[in-house]
Amino acid sequence: MWEYSDKVREHFFNPRNSGPLEEANGIGDVGSIQCGDALRLMLKVDPDTEIIEDAHFQTFGCGSAIASSSALTEIIKGMTLDQALEVSNQNIADYLDGLPPEKMHCSVMGREALQAAIANYRGEEWSDDHEEGALICKCFAIDAVMIEDVVKANNLNTVEEVTFYTKAGGGCAACHEGIEEILAQVKAERAGPGEVSPPPACPATPEAPKPPAKKLSIVEKIAKIQEVLESVRPMLQRDHGDVELADVQGKKIYVHLKGACSGCMMEAATLGGIQQKMIEALGELVQVLPSSHMPVEA
Amino acid sequence: MEPIYLDNNATTRCDPAVVQAMLPFFTEHFGNASSIHAFGSEVGKALKKARSQVQALLGAEHDSEIIFTSCGTESDSTAILSALKAQPERNTVITTNVEHPAILTLCDWLEKEGYIVHKLKVDKKGRLDIDEYKSLLNDRVAIVSAMWANNETGTIFPVEEMAALAAEKGIMFHTDAVQAVGKIPIDLKSTKIDMLSLSGHKLHAPKGIGVLYLRRGCRFRPLLRGGHQERGRRAGTENSASIVGLGMACELALQKMAIENSEVKRLRDKLEKGILSQITHCFPTGDVANRLPNTSNIAFEYIEGEAILLLLNKLGIAASSGSACTSGSLEPSHVMRAMGIPYTAAHGTIRFSLSVYNTEAEIDRVIAAVPPIIAQLRKLSPYWGEKGPAANPQESFAPTYA
Repeated sequence: MWEYSDKVREHFFNPRNSGPLEEANGIGDVGSIQCGDALRLMLKVDPDTEIIEDAHFQTFGCGSAIASSSALTEIIKGMTLDQALEVSNQNIADYLDGLPPEKMHCSVMGREALQAAIANYRGEEWSDDHEEGALICKCFAIDAVMIEDVVKANNLNTVEEVTFYTKAGGGCAACHEGIEEILAQVKAERAGPGEVSPPPACPATPEAPKPPAKKLSIVEKIAKIQEVLESVRPMLQRDHGDVELADVQGKKIYVHLKGACSGCMMEAATLGGIQQKMIEALGELVQVLPSSHMPVEA
Repeated sequence: MEPIYLDNNATTRCDPAVVQAMLPFFTEHFGNASSIHAFGSEVGKALKKARSQVQALLGAEHDSEIIFTSCGTESDSTAILSALKAQPERNTVITTNVEHPAILTLCDWLEKEGYIVHKLKVDKKGRLDIDEYKSLLNDRVAIVSAMWANNETGTIFPVEEMAALAAEKGIMFHTDAVQAVGKIPIDLKSTKIDMLSLSGHKLHAPKGIGVLYLRRGCRFRPLLRGGHQERGRRAGTENSASIVGLGMACELALQKMAIENSEVKRLRDKLEKGILSQITHCFPTGDVANRLPNTSNIAFEYIEGEAILLLLNKLGIAASSGSACTSGSLEPSHVMRAMGIPYTAAHGTIRFSLSVYNTEAEIDRVIAAVPPIIAQLRKLSPYWGEKGPAANPQESFAPTYA
């Protein structure tokens, strides 16, 4: 069985604001019975202030779908419509003290119902090119459709590249077979009918890159390091984490992992990904370590 | 409140007599059956006894037809891969589209490797079309693998008849009988079945022990090669404690076969009738007239299975569901899809599977507990109105995307 947080259980067993809302003036329906998840969100909006005075839901779905719906109604009550549009699926998951990766789509459904209900109130059309595939990477909740899209858009060829672009495969690595299958399939489509070789597997150890033409000065080196960190920050911030440079000592680069990254079980994978980028950018083998590993001054 | 366990098709508790039989084999009888000294020979004798206990339950002609493995999945893989390896001139496997993943996932992989796999369809009650089956039997078929009884619905396939048809054409026949063994009488010596898989933990033996029955004379290639254990057909030091436990469990299952098919069946029928008579818009799935005596799979329309399980669990009642959400996939159970159960019901299927340990009082408690849970969830469902399903559920709920 899933490991649901106490908060998820509590909202499932005692859902808030369930059932029809007679005075609703904004209704959002998303999902379908085919998918096993469907949510109707009903809003009562004050036309003068655009404040959501009441919100109710009806949900066909599993425990976390019902809990996410209940949480959503609690979050948005009292908000203005513009404030409510700022609510992300991560906010819903956070409100419930987290959801299992396989269940994050329940929070996504909540956010989509909210957008649909607000569009309905405003008399707008809301559409979403929502498509969800089989879950491939359970560590980072990345599905097949997303991997396929990214592979196609960026012409990716290796599991390692897929990990850099989507994070899929960057954790326990159990899904690498699945990622290789997607790569092979996209490659086959690209090449058209004919013989196709399997994609190269993720190398166990990164190959040593070619040495750069000229040795970097320490200032140039730090600037490059900062550049790499800046490039990964948006990805970490999306998961409520962050990173900043602590120190550089020879081939060791120490970083502070902040927010959700600090103490995250995926810390090693995060650092590994950053290290790979550093090696590529600097053209030399370096090690990226958490600042807690810095030698203590004598 | 005492918990009620109605998930015996998932796994069963070890019978206390099984545990008692096993315990000495962790301590005083710890020897390796292959050793020449007294420590080993004691274990060797115990394995021989266990083998004959399994033989008796299966009605096998010879005790050497029993090969101990680690689980049902290993037995399944061994059987199918052996048939392909032993008959390289044959490249086709026939199975059904309602098999357990132990067969289906293997067959999907075999397809990727270039083999041809035919999956027989089932009708809305989960029954096979024997004419379709007959039309597929030809000299390119290496093996037919069909389950004896379905794990989700309990529906029984006519494997004895199917094995005879395969034998006429010289085709090997394997059956995954993990759910059937111990619940319905089996007499392999009077059938044409060549191979059969069973799993200890489905019949009150421990997890981690299984059996592959291999008819004498059936061509065989081992999956694991190494030592001479199991006459060289399955290398690896014998899991002696679990084998002894499985032997005891088989002996008990044979003794209790009559209870399983009378008392357990009566309780299952009472449970099913009690639920169906109180709740509208629900129905039993599978071939109700021809199924295991302990299994009832009921589809509750317009609600989702995991939510039902969570509420049952809160009352100490354990069952299982074919809903997508319990498996982590987005599709409901492949068995329900294969039978063409509509989506409105497929996501809300609940399997109750009983054992000889269940009591009348437990069944009464479950009959009383289910209706309020279903009502509570239907009240939350956008597909359900005041008194029943929304006039036209698919239309009254008009999602922006689906």
